[in-house]
Amino acid sequence: MSDPHIGFVIAAYSIAAAVIAGMVGSVTIDYRRLSAHLDEATRALEAARRGTKDQER
Amino acid sequence: MWNLANPTVFVELTRRTSPWLAAATAALFAVGLYLSFAAPPDYQQGETAKIMYLHVPAAWLSTFIYGVMAVAALGTLVWRHPLADAAQKAAAPLGAGFTFICLATGSLWGKPMWGTYWVWDARLTSVLVLFLLYLGLIALWRAIDDPGRAARAASILTLVGCVNLPIIKFSVDWWNTLHQPASVFRLGGPAIAPSLLWPLIVMSLAFTFLFLTLHLMAIRNEILRRRIARVTMLAVAEGDRLAPALSAEGA
Repeated sequence: MSDPHIGFVIAAYSIAAAVIAGMVGSVTIDYRRLSAHLDEATRALEAARRGTKDQER
Repeated sequence: MWNLANPTVFVELTRRTSPWLAAATAALFAVGLYLSFAAPPDYQQGETAKIMYLHVPAAWLSTFIYGVMAVAALGTLVWRHPLADAAQKAAAPLGAGFTFICLATGSLWGKPMWGTYWVWDARLTSVLVLFLLYLGLIALWRAIDDPGRAARAASILTLVGCVNLPIIKFSVDWWNTLHQPASVFRLGGPAIAPSLLWPLIVMSLAFTFLFLTLHLMAIRNEILRRRIARVTMLAVAEGDRLAPALSAEGA
């Protein structure tokens, strides 16, 4: 690896790794955030339904 | 196919398949990277030819993903498939990511080989237009609040943008460009030596599996986003039903 242009190869692999890591990270973080948000929204709905049933009784 | 239109079935399928797809992607990348670095240097380009193992798969995916989006756009406008717009929306950021890799690695290859990072060559310019189309589609989805209208507008723009795909593919034949013509998918077989071709094939498979994995996961995220919107609306509706009773009680 004594090629005079090895810096360009390293830069290309680094950029590709960073972009791929960014795509994997954003999809994974988005999933965790959405799952937590969905659990929260489901709990709010159940609480609202319980409140309505109590009121009807 | 229509069974997968059921979001619950799709989410369950993604939950079961994504770990296997992720493992296959990691294995393909491990083999592909090993073969890439073990491959002999090109007799003219030296080690710089190793950039090809990133550039070519990213270039292939940049147009493939747009093709997937075009089919999904037809699914939205013509067949009204319930998950078509989710598939289209989920693919756009991935397409932009792979197109960026294609442009950046091509530019880093161009400097030592052509003496410049960029030329307004037909192939390079048409791929830049593709990148801008991806960014435009992402912006369009964010700009329109109504998901149905956003999906229709994005589908129309996606189908109009399809005109760019044959331009990208045939630009090297139609115009006198600095970019080399096709050397893998061409009449008469690949023009690359097998020792350089195999790493390219494995890396292309690795990139394709990466896209499949991320696309499935991103579609699942879109389904979750819709569920959150629906559950929140139901909770608000229940709250509205409760509100008059509570205010009467208070009075």
